Amino acid sequence: MNAGATPDTNAEACAPVAAAPGLLSDGRLWLALLVAALALAPAVASSFAVSLLNDIGIGALVALGLVLLTGIGGATSFGQAAFVGIAAYATAWLSTTQGLSPWLGLLFALLLTGLSALAIGMLTLRLGGHFLPLSTIAWGLSIPMLFGNVDALGRHTGLSNIPALRIGSQSLAEPGAIYYLIWALVGLAFLFSRNLLASRPGRAIRSLRGGATLLASVGADAYKVRLALFVTAALFAGVAGWLYAHMNRFVSPSPFDLRASIEYLLMAVAGGLGQLAGALVGSALVLLLKNGLQDVLPLLTQNAGQLEAVAFAAIFILLLHFARGGVMGFVRRWTGSRPRPQASAPAIAVEPLAHRELPPRGSPVLSVMGAVKRFGGLVAVNDVSFDVAAGEIVGLIGPNGAGKSTMFNLLTCTLPMSAGQVRFLGRDIAGLPQREVARLGLARTFQHVKLRPRMSLLDNVALGAHSRTGAGVIRAGLRLDRHEERQTLQEAQRQLDRIGLGDRAHELAGSLPLGTQRILEIARALAADPVLLVLDEPAAGLRRKEKMALGELLRKLREEGVTILIVEHDMDFVMRLVDRLVVMNFGSKLVEGAPAAVRADERVQAAYLGSVA
Amino acid sequence: MTWDVALILGIDGLANGAVYLLAGLGLVLIFSVTRVVFVPFGDIAAFAALTMAAFETGRMPPTIGLVAVLAVVAAATEVASLLRRGEGAGIPKAIAAWGLLPLLPCALAWAVSRLALPAPVTIAATVLLVLPIAPLLARIVFQPIADASVLVLLIVSLALHFLLSGLGLLFFGPEGSRTQPLASGSLGLGDGFSVSGQVMLMVASAFVLSGLFFLVFERTVTGKALRATAVNRVGARLVGIRPARTALLAYGSASLLAGLIGVLIAPVTTMYYDSGFIIGLKAFVAAIIGGLVSYPLTAIGAIAVGLVESFASFWSGAMKDVIVFSLLIPVLMLRSFMSVHSEEEEDEVDQ
Repeated sequence: MNAGATPDTNAEACAPVAAAPGLLSDGRLWLALLVAALALAPAVASSFAVSLLNDIGIGALVALGLVLLTGIGGATSFGQAAFVGIAAYATAWLSTTQGLSPWLGLLFALLLTGLSALAIGMLTLRLGGHFLPLSTIAWGLSIPMLFGNVDALGRHTGLSNIPALRIGSQSLAEPGAIYYLIWALVGLAFLFSRNLLASRPGRAIRSLRGGATLLASVGADAYKVRLALFVTAALFAGVAGWLYAHMNRFVSPSPFDLRASIEYLLMAVAGGLGQLAGALVGSALVLLLKNGLQDVLPLLTQNAGQLEAVAFAAIFILLLHFARGGVMGFVRRWTGSRPRPQASAPAIAVEPLAHRELPPRGSPVLSVMGAVKRFGGLVAVNDVSFDVAAGEIVGLIGPNGAGKSTMFNLLTCTLPMSAGQVRFLGRDIAGLPQREVARLGLARTFQHVKLRPRMSLLDNVALGAHSRTGAGVIRAGLRLDRHEERQTLQEAQRQLDRIGLGDRAHELAGSLPLGTQRILEIARALAADPVLLVLDEPAAGLRRKEKMALGELLRKLREEGVTILIVEHDMDFVMRLVDRLVVMNFGSKLVEGAPAAVRADERVQAAYLGSVA
Repeated sequence: MTWDVALILGIDGLANGAVYLLAGLGLVLIFSVTRVVFVPFGDIAAFAALTMAAFETGRMPPTIGLVAVLAVVAAATEVASLLRRGEGAGIPKAIAAWGLLPLLPCALAWAVSRLALPAPVTIAATVLLVLPIAPLLARIVFQPIADASVLVLLIVSLALHFLLSGLGLLFFGPEGSRTQPLASGSLGLGDGFSVSGQVMLMVASAFVLSGLFFLVFERTVTGKALRATAVNRVGARLVGIRPARTALLAYGSASLLAGLIGVLIAPVTTMYYDSGFIIGLKAFVAAIIGGLVSYPLTAIGAIAVGLVESFASFWSGAMKDVIVFSLLIPVLMLRSFMSVHSEEEEDEVDQ
């Protein structure tokens, strides 16, 4: 968790200020003013200004996709303009050469953009690290080159005479007429994005930067989450491309090339990748700046055209030097506005999420049989076997380097096993992906806490319920998931109450001390309604009082029928808590038995203290 | 396709590959030491080619103005950062190192352009003149944000490319130029085939230079310091290596390579102010085949890219770039399947 390294981040915080109290709180007032100004603009502004606003709206649509994809989801795209191009060419081709209605063009454009994004995403989104952004350069470059080399698309001259949009008998050929359509779509896209972020898929998207293991631990597939996000962002670009084609009535390859893609990315960065509003601000900033440069530079020099690119690039570099958070980052720091703790919305009680049937007390839950893990020549876990029965707390202890953590990774299927078997609820889980195991009811916490520092406690815990719910991007974006969402939040609140953090539900997880963060991870694991809870050193970094509270909580959970396997260093804590102990040393099982017997065992004492001989 | 055609295409591809090899080495060098994907590499190579052309036509190369401007900005940046840290005593040294030192090759180039001197001298003057460009850019643009994420560095690098290509248009104008071949003559291969001297020179230089590279990296303390920085910046710092200085060295070497590429390619291709980008991007494909870290794999990748390009241009001249860049996707997929990446958490977005 690198929360400490970059504390000043806000990737996830942008999401739901949804339930902001008071109708005309700051945000809403600004929004109302913005909408009013935009609605009145065509009446007062020159037609040039309206055209500029149209461009800004189209740019904002693309940049919004990038804020979601790059800013929040952490996957950089240097090829977004290619998607704009695919949509623009699709509708242009359909409405010129085929003579069909531009509205059919919209469907066709979105279909083609979505399918292209799906194909490209499936090919590239598994790439790790910086390979993903690099691959986007490849297709961001190739696709526009393709436009310029296909006869049916008019090669480098492009397609012209694209029909204007019509709604009924009303033609939208004039900038002032298409203006309302563009901005209505921009508004809808923002609304969709905001809804999306404050939902089940949104929580997963906001957790993408936390790594694939975090998502797998709650039963989510990071690749699929990223793919859905990628297609969503591409569809926003597709809508923009459709509007572009019918606004300009002409398409050619150059507005969709790599340079244009970078300009869209620049919009998102300049506005602020952390917030949805950054897309709008960035688009306005970049286009106004370009426009301003075109006006000002000719007064200063004869080489205006050439200097424009230079000045533009220089400004961009300076921006990244001095304000990496973009304009919205500035605004946030300036106003000191933090995502306010929301006065919790009046909770309408809904029926709780479906609960899993827990196995009867004493029946086998987990059995590890002959587990072996080799790293090259090193045998980290050597033929270890033990069982965990329903309703008991088993401790896995051992001195440093005993192989506890490796064992932990084996039975949560984070690491593949070299040999042996792990049976969970009667099913062999060795070799299953971690997320499948999580879905079966094995919930875990992390030794190095993996929380989303800029998400609220409530959202962090609600992420745990991912596998118990099912809303997808579309349902979430259209707010059709409200019932399930209420259930999820109610469940998350219940788990927070259970661990005693219920009154801090709307604080940011990053503001908690480490010990409390560990407890919060337990709440997240509990939100998955687990059969078996596997805890990796939960007492590390906790004060005495906190440890006692944690012990109390775990005992209470045992009473409720939850089975717990705990990997721990703190002997005192473990001895008082567990029913049974498994001691590991040098990768092998040393002893297994009741705490008192283990404490008395000479081999254990030798392992911990060194042998007398 | 007959064997003759294949042979011609193969030789052509090898010549292209030689250029991509040199460029790829530069890109890998900079990336591994500084984590910067140095997109403007190709622009520097193009500037070198245009400088060479200017010398040949007896004009004063506009590059002098470019380097001088960069030197002034770099010196100002350095002085400002010294002042901020309250180390005013270092100012004269900073001005000498950043402001005056880069002007020496400018003076040399000015002298060379006045006196018509033989080719080896102009080549040396060209390479020396572009040598300060990458280090100066690095000081101005990358050093202040050396700790930023790879992504931010990549975005800045792309912006820097656009800045340089704008400056290129401003300084060199839109006309393309081509220079006299450096090596005349040709080697007959029987059956009427021949390989031109220039192509042989390109391939030979690529191999000699990459051999030198290998020796420097494996056998010298400086090379080892560069490798150490590449592996772990903090660790390198702990054993007394200064990352900023090694980075400078990496940029300097890359600039040198770019200069040589420019000189080698100028006689075989008409170069424009923005021709470098595509060369850089193709070298980039090669570098990615090497995972941006492995020199031998980069060399293989470079040859492969050169060959693919040359054969693709035979089938469809217009589509050759599409084919080369699309090649990147299967390569990346292969790489990502082969590499077992450990759990990675991404940097949080800057706020």
